Amino acid sequence: MIPQPSSLAVVVFLIFVAITLGLSFYFGAKAKSASAYFAAGGQIHWFVNGVAFAGDYLSAASFLGICGMLSRSGYDGFLYSIGFLAGWVVALFVIAEPLKRLGKFTFADALNSQFQSRGITFAAGVSALVVSIFYLIPQMVGAGSLIYPLLGFPQWMGVIIVGVVVTLIVTTAGMVSTTYVQFIKGSLLVFFSGLLTVLILMRGFTIDDRPEATEPQTIVTLPDGKVLINGWPKGLGAGEADLRPVGSISKLPGDVKSTGPLGPLAYLSTLQNSEIVLWTEKTETVDGVKTTTYSPKPTMGAEVMVPGVHPIFKGLRGDSLTAKLDFISLMLALFAGTASLPHILIRYYTVKDQAAARQSTVVGIGTIGTFYVLTLFLGFGAMTSGTMDLTDSNMAAPLLAKSFGDLLFAIISAIAFTTVLGTVSGLIVAASGAIVHDLITGCMNVSLSDHQKVRVGKLSALIVGALSIVLGILFQNMNAGFLVGWAFNVAASANLPALIMILFWKGTTKQGVTAAIFVGLFSSLGWILLSQETMQKVYGFSAAAAAESAMVPFSQPGLVTIPLGFLTLIVVSLLTTRHESPVKTQG
Amino acid sequence: MGGFGHGPAVPAEAEDMVLAARNARYGRWLFLLYFVIYAGFVGLNAFAPQTMAINIAGIHLAVWYGLALIVTAMVLAMIYVWLCRRPSA
Repeated sequence: MIPQPSSLAVVVFLIFVAITLGLSFYFGAKAKSASAYFAAGGQIHWFVNGVAFAGDYLSAASFLGICGMLSRSGYDGFLYSIGFLAGWVVALFVIAEPLKRLGKFTFADALNSQFQSRGITFAAGVSALVVSIFYLIPQMVGAGSLIYPLLGFPQWMGVIIVGVVVTLIVTTAGMVSTTYVQFIKGSLLVFFSGLLTVLILMRGFTIDDRPEATEPQTIVTLPDGKVLINGWPKGLGAGEADLRPVGSISKLPGDVKSTGPLGPLAYLSTLQNSEIVLWTEKTETVDGVKTTTYSPKPTMGAEVMVPGVHPIFKGLRGDSLTAKLDFISLMLALFAGTASLPHILIRYYTVKDQAAARQSTVVGIGTIGTFYVLTLFLGFGAMTSGTMDLTDSNMAAPLLAKSFGDLLFAIISAIAFTTVLGTVSGLIVAASGAIVHDLITGCMNVSLSDHQKVRVGKLSALIVGALSIVLGILFQNMNAGFLVGWAFNVAASANLPALIMILFWKGTTKQGVTAAIFVGLFSSLGWILLSQETMQKVYGFSAAAAAESAMVPFSQPGLVTIPLGFLTLIVVSLLTTRHESPVKTQG
Repeated sequence: MGGFGHGPAVPAEAEDMVLAARNARYGRWLFLLYFVIYAGFVGLNAFAPQTMAINIAGIHLAVWYGLALIVTAMVLAMIYVWLCRRPSA
């Protein structure tokens, strides 16, 4: 569909940016010390920190990706909601308290609290930097691909706007302004998702019996580049055509035409007993003419309320063991990845003590969990409201909002775009913290005064911000959701074994920790680069050629590389344990 | 909102290793409980996907189980904070 961005959305977005930059400069005048810059001086109230967790964590992939997947394939998108939330249980029950007790600025501090080892600091710093930059790429790519349909600016401008605004936010007041940006974004996202859900429930379901609601649609690209939509030249004028928005109910239980307002559970059970029109996509190229045909496929609601419709999860309904292992591996990476993401972990250093760390995680879980429950209604609402763009599932949530009026579309578009700001600023603080504390002062032994640390931190933020703009433009054609999956796998494989074992096994040695981080980091990266998914989506192989040349049995590495990290730590620790007494606290 | 930028945080909670060990123990048990529920969900989906289509009150088990995983995380989180409160002096 040809996007019709609203200028109101630009205004709403500019207001948001003005408020956040205003706050940043206000706090920037106060946040002078390294502790204030990197950890907000440990002065953030636990409730604010809890909501900021949500603003930090709920990226564009969560909001737009999950809603899009739910709207096109049903339940499958909800599997991500479940996995992303479950990871917080690991963060709260296992990691939060010791991390807060043992560290000060970065998670390398906590890992290293009993060893004072430069090797660990180096490994943890490199891992934090690599994971943060990996996570930055999909955020920036997302900013680029969203800005045109949402706000009407070209792709490269999206990347630059986000890069510049976020770098300004971070270099003025570091973690303090980052926290408030995330707090505002988290509150707005959950509030407006809730409002949208209430509107969806009040509207209920109505059968769409217009003939065009179930007519196939085509996009034909001629050898000269001309595009025909349903046989007409592409455009919005007379004698031109654009893809029709789709997504409708063709039968309701009890043969009624409309249900009227429904409660949340009645909404789900009605959907399960209805018939929904889903769409299949098929592309053929004959003599240089590329034809994509979208065909309606009336589907029983019961079919979309179980997993296994989307290509990623199709294997769940078959017999292939590798497909099932791939699924288990993905669910394990989501579960283990959250508590290993550096930009999430550093939020624990912004509150005053362990009790506040616990309380803020509970607020975080409450906010994030509420949002993920809402995704179910937003996704199913988009599936049945006749607003979907067949060529861009990421637009499902904003277009759904459009069916409730232009103001809501403008607000949701602006919020969708600002979700990128909150997450990117957290990532840049995490990356610059790793550079200053772990690599420069910790590892290279450069001694910096408090004031110098802040200056080097700001300089690092500037460099990482510029780098993220370049990467966002270089990787602009890659699938953002795919890259987020990478980051979770790499974070879990590199960081989780070290974090867990240092807390629970007295035999852990510094060599064991260092080896586990590097083995987890490189094995998961290597696995990803040799997988079928990467061959197909990154190197551009056909599906068959990718399956043939893949050197690993399934695409998600976590199931193998997370245990490998643990095993490496145990073996290396046992081998090196004679040379030093492992748990003695030095210094 | 004030009070930023005045040196490192001073932990208000005294370093009490007995309390810390107690909290870690609660954490481990609650983690284990949740892990079993989560693993059950992943296992059923992978090896017995037909169970996900069992109807309970007109809605599939897949939806109930997913919602339950989210709500359980919230409830266990609150229980944990309650368990970890400082003993009243």
